[in-house]
Amino acid sequence: MSAINSDVTSMNVDELQAALADGATSVDITRAYLDRIEAEDGELRAYLHVDPEAALARAAEIDAAGDRSGLAGVPVALKDVVVTEGVPTTSGSKILEGWKPPYDATVAARLKAAGTVLLGKTNMDEFAMGSSTENSAYGVTRNPWDPERIPGGSSGGSSAAVAGGLAPWAIGTDTGGSIRQPAALTGLVGHKPTYGSVSRFGLIAFSSSLDQAGPMARTVLDAALLHEAIGGHDPLDSTSIDAPLPVLVECARRGADGDLSGLRVGVVRELGGDGHADGYEDGVLESFRAGVARLESMGAEVREVSCPAFDLALAAYYLIAPSEASSNLARFDGVRYGLRVGDDGARDLDEVMALTREAGFGPEVKRRIILGTYALSSGYYEAYYGQAQKVRTLISRDFSAAYDDVDVLVSPTTPTVAFPLGARVDDPIAMYAADLCTLPASLAGVPAISVPSGLSDGLPVGFQIMAPALADDRCYRVAAALEAALTNDRGDRGFLDQLAARQGSAS
Amino acid sequence: MSTPSQKGQLSRDEVAHLAHLARLAVTDEELDLFAGQLAAVLDAVAQVGKAAVEDVTPTTHAVPMTNVVREDVARPSLPRDVVLAGAPAAEDGRFRVPRILGEEA
Repeated sequence: MSAINSDVTSMNVDELQAALADGATSVDITRAYLDRIEAEDGELRAYLHVDPEAALARAAEIDAAGDRSGLAGVPVALKDVVVTEGVPTTSGSKILEGWKPPYDATVAARLKAAGTVLLGKTNMDEFAMGSSTENSAYGVTRNPWDPERIPGGSSGGSSAAVAGGLAPWAIGTDTGGSIRQPAALTGLVGHKPTYGSVSRFGLIAFSSSLDQAGPMARTVLDAALLHEAIGGHDPLDSTSIDAPLPVLVECARRGADGDLSGLRVGVVRELGGDGHADGYEDGVLESFRAGVARLESMGAEVREVSCPAFDLALAAYYLIAPSEASSNLARFDGVRYGLRVGDDGARDLDEVMALTREAGFGPEVKRRIILGTYALSSGYYEAYYGQAQKVRTLISRDFSAAYDDVDVLVSPTTPTVAFPLGARVDDPIAMYAADLCTLPASLAGVPAISVPSGLSDGLPVGFQIMAPALADDRCYRVAAALEAALTNDRGDRGFLDQLAARQGSAS
Repeated sequence: MSTPSQKGQLSRDEVAHLAHLARLAVTDEELDLFAGQLAAVLDAVAQVGKAAVEDVTPTTHAVPMTNVVREDVARPSLPRDVVLAGAPAAEDGRFRVPRILGEEA
């Protein structure tokens, strides 16, 4: 690999933009990433689909058009849950193997219109159900910080691609933490927008009342840039909020100045605080407390806040999400797209459907469909699904009460650092616990960002900042302040410099 | 309204019935595996029953939702052959489905 290639793939997007404005070509930048993918993705397996010729042709087209502004010419990777016209899209499932969607998701269309270059589609837990990307039907993705560990999930292909320098940034989706948790475990910034503020049109649905697409990036500023490119009202999504997107890039820039005086920060007791630290690693809690102290040193007023209903978030989520999934996944019936199994002329529609779904879905998807079917069935509906929806109301009330007194809430993003591959695959409950801290914001529909706060045992720890609905700008402001302060404390260019140093010393 | 299941109450037969309802032709090995795992999951999610929810309204969506209607204007849809190109079987410009009637029909 040439020196210039390695330079390009360690640049932040604002630096790539500057290079493009200064005469660098999208073809050279795109080729640098494709070379990295060629060299590294055999081991990482971050991508499910890469078409180098198409990417280079697209980059050449952008170069020829001569537009040097905005995101024109910047490469991007998309999680494979985002449908892309003519480009294979599987959502990590065998049931969609070989399917080429006939249209673009709004997120993909907006990035295309902005002049970005699609590098490829990234691996994920099947239908976004999982916290480790081990539920993909197409093999596991490895964590660039330690190839024997998970990259998080379900957006683990996106997190591994960006942390590993195989994409400058990527789109993820978050239903219960699937942007924030993999970002935390790979040392990235990941933001789950306010529900309804980024279009769901063309995202293969998992749990429709929770799913949101958002940015995964090397820096807070990059995440804000990507968020602004995809966000805003879309008439094709009936849950899209018809309100202007807050200004995010400017907020990230101002936040980096580091003045948080007057900002009221609430530390959520139920997420790792006194009496609620079971399952949390000491190293994670230490890094979190140091992050809180750093916010305080920049002028923030910190207090502890109690949100009692958060203790039931995991139970409510694992009823609501499987229930919605069991309904959403009914569309995979072997008739309109994807796999069909056993259609020999003798078997009827029901049998073919059951054989198709049996062959096409993996174990976690089947478990959740069965659980959701149970929770929605007559006689159990009120006790499970109905009760979970009421708990969801209680969680929203806890957020509202907390935001009467504070501007943002903070917690660790995950209870532990990245765990070893295989450690939790046979224990669904242990796997679900990886989402403990991210579920409340998902259920309440409020925005939340994860920003690296440090290392524990040499592995990244994520710091979560939650804000009221439509106040995504607060997440970016506070995250940018923390990022800038910690970067200054370390004296490097950014958090991922530590990964480069680790890889340098290992080789 | 029923009370939440006790631990282990989701039997192998119940899982088989639910799989049938969901059109999943699960194997015997899967039934053995899922029955144990789902009993543990059900035990965990039954915690929602602990919450005091008198006078609490359920939340279906976290943001206020109103019915959305658009102007009644015809717009082009995807071309038929483009859509059928993704189907597992098509015939005469339509989706071809497996047999839907029994032998006696």
